[in-house]
Amino acid sequence: MTWFKKKEALLDEKAGDALWSKCNACQEIIYKKELERNLHVCPKCSYHFPIPAQKRLAIVTDEDSFEELDRVLSPLDPISFRDLKRYADRLHEAQQKTGLKDAFITGRATIHGSPAMIGVFEFNFLGGSLGSVVGEKIARMVEKAVDEKIGAIIFSSSGGARMQEGILSLMQMAKTSAALSILKKERLPYISVLTDPTLGGVTASFGMLGDIILAEPRAMIGFAGPRVIKETIKADLPAGFQRAEYLLQHGMIDFIIERRKLKATLGKLLALLYH
Amino acid sequence: MVRHYLDFEKPLMDLEREYEELQRFAPRNDTKVSARIEWLEKRIAKVREEIHAQLNPWQRTQLSRHIDRPHTLDYIQLIFDDFIELHGDRGFMDDPAMVGGLARLDGEAVVVVGHQKGRDVKEMGYRNFGMPHPEGYRKALRIMELGARFKKPIITMIDTPGAYPGVGAEERGQAEAIARNLMEMATFPVPIVAVVIGEGGSGGALAIGVGNRILMLENAIYSVITPEGCAAILWRDGTKSSLAAEAMKMTATDLLSLGVIDEIIPEPVGGAHRNYQRAAATVKAAIVRHLEELRDFSEETILSDRYQRFRRMGAFREE
Ligand SMILES: [Zn+2]
Repeated sequence: MTWFKKKEALLDEKAGDALWSKCNACQEIIYKKELERNLHVCPKCSYHFPIPAQKRLAIVTDEDSFEELDRVLSPLDPISFRDLKRYADRLHEAQQKTGLKDAFITGRATIHGSPAMIGVFEFNFLGGSLGSVVGEKIARMVEKAVDEKIGAIIFSSSGGARMQEGILSLMQMAKTSAALSILKKERLPYISVLTDPTLGGVTASFGMLGDIILAEPRAMIGFAGPRVIKETIKADLPAGFQRAEYLLQHGMIDFIIERRKLKATLGKLLALLYH
Repeated sequence: MVRHYLDFEKPLMDLEREYEELQRFAPRNDTKVSARIEWLEKRIAKVREEIHAQLNPWQRTQLSRHIDRPHTLDYIQLIFDDFIELHGDRGFMDDPAMVGGLARLDGEAVVVVGHQKGRDVKEMGYRNFGMPHPEGYRKALRIMELGARFKKPIITMIDTPGAYPGVGAEERGQAEAIARNLMEMATFPVPIVAVVIGEGGSGGALAIGVGNRILMLENAIYSVITPEGCAAILWRDGTKSSLAAEAMKMTATDLLSLGVIDEIIPEPVGGAHRNYQRAAATVKAAIVRHLEELRDFSEETILSDRYQRFRRMGAFREE
């Protein structure tokens, strides 16, 4: 048995899952500790894994500078939605799994000394979907940024609007975009960081509204999902379609940033925009 | 006239065909015939009312997409005077799935934009089934900006399954185009009245829907995703559309109770497609009434009114 096969076998065992991860991009089996040390970037192909919101905050903010806001907001089930499962149950499971009330954390922090309001998606919470709580938290953090005359940064990682909240989830797109219009009017900067994956209503609102838009390497970014597009046009999609590199080529983002350089770059950008 | 009948409209088909034939070909002063015609009239009215008194969300979805339903240009023709259509996004192309221009509404100059669907196979293709590319949204934005700059009220008509999901659309920034409209519409210092006339599908609908007032026709729908899309994702079965339509709460009545729209515009019995003139007259009266209310607002009030209406939307608990 080759070493690779051994690792594969390890991954198959339940106990092994706690120790090993498989790279979504190159299929390499990686020791989890090593992956964490590497900021959740594949050491072989440098694929940037989605990371928990708390880890993202730890990577980009100055130590002990993050003060969380609106922690008390929790979701309701406004249209008593059920598909194969009740929305109420899905929420409960996601809350148990992540320890969060909903898919978004906001707060005030500094990055290399520059203050900013920061919002981060938790993709593990119902695919980072945009519902009422996420929308409200974004509106509040942007309004607070205006009050405190500082900029805002949002790290997106989301499948799009949360269908289980029906039309109210769609309306969060208008609500968050309207809030950003005030930030813009006040000449305060907004930086949007798109990470894997950012789709649907999140891309089509605050995701693409950054004064500066960054993306992590190979992040899938789009309006429609690739499967829907493929079914609609009944043809294969171009190589690299909807990946960060493709968007850069088509003029949709400013640049691609590796995770290990993210904090330094955001710090520089804020400093350049502030002073 | 060739009529298209939806499944649940079928009980009307034979009655209406017989009625029309008698009207056209039967001898005028035959008492038996006129008695039959009279009976048919009553019967048709009764059957129509019965059908429409208890439409489920999926049936309304079908009505909202009815091939004979009046589209944006039909309403524009019946509601406004001096309509001058404007074209192009000044960047890449003119998108026929979105129309717009300058017009007069009871003498007052206004700006109007809306999604445009086609009626026959050829026009449906030309209009891309009312699914705009980014250029459609950019054209709409350009025309709405004229309204903002020259102080004309903006009226939008929503009727789309959604923004087009295609390779070119993604490459040219479908998401950016929609996002831009959402943000810019929040800043226009003139009254905006949005009317959902048929299908309000997702971000592609909302991209011209950030109004001070949002009105919705009785048989229109407005949702975060099409019922088919929702069924495919959450039920993993595209044929469960009627369940998804039910679950998503997407009818005018639902949206009124969720506080998303301001008013339901009643349709002629049988739906807007049964009487364009009457449907358009009711839509016009509603638009005029809401613009009248907004007329006295200062620019500041117009902006804060629109900001607050969207700012309020959402359901959550604090603590
Ligand atoms: Zn890899």
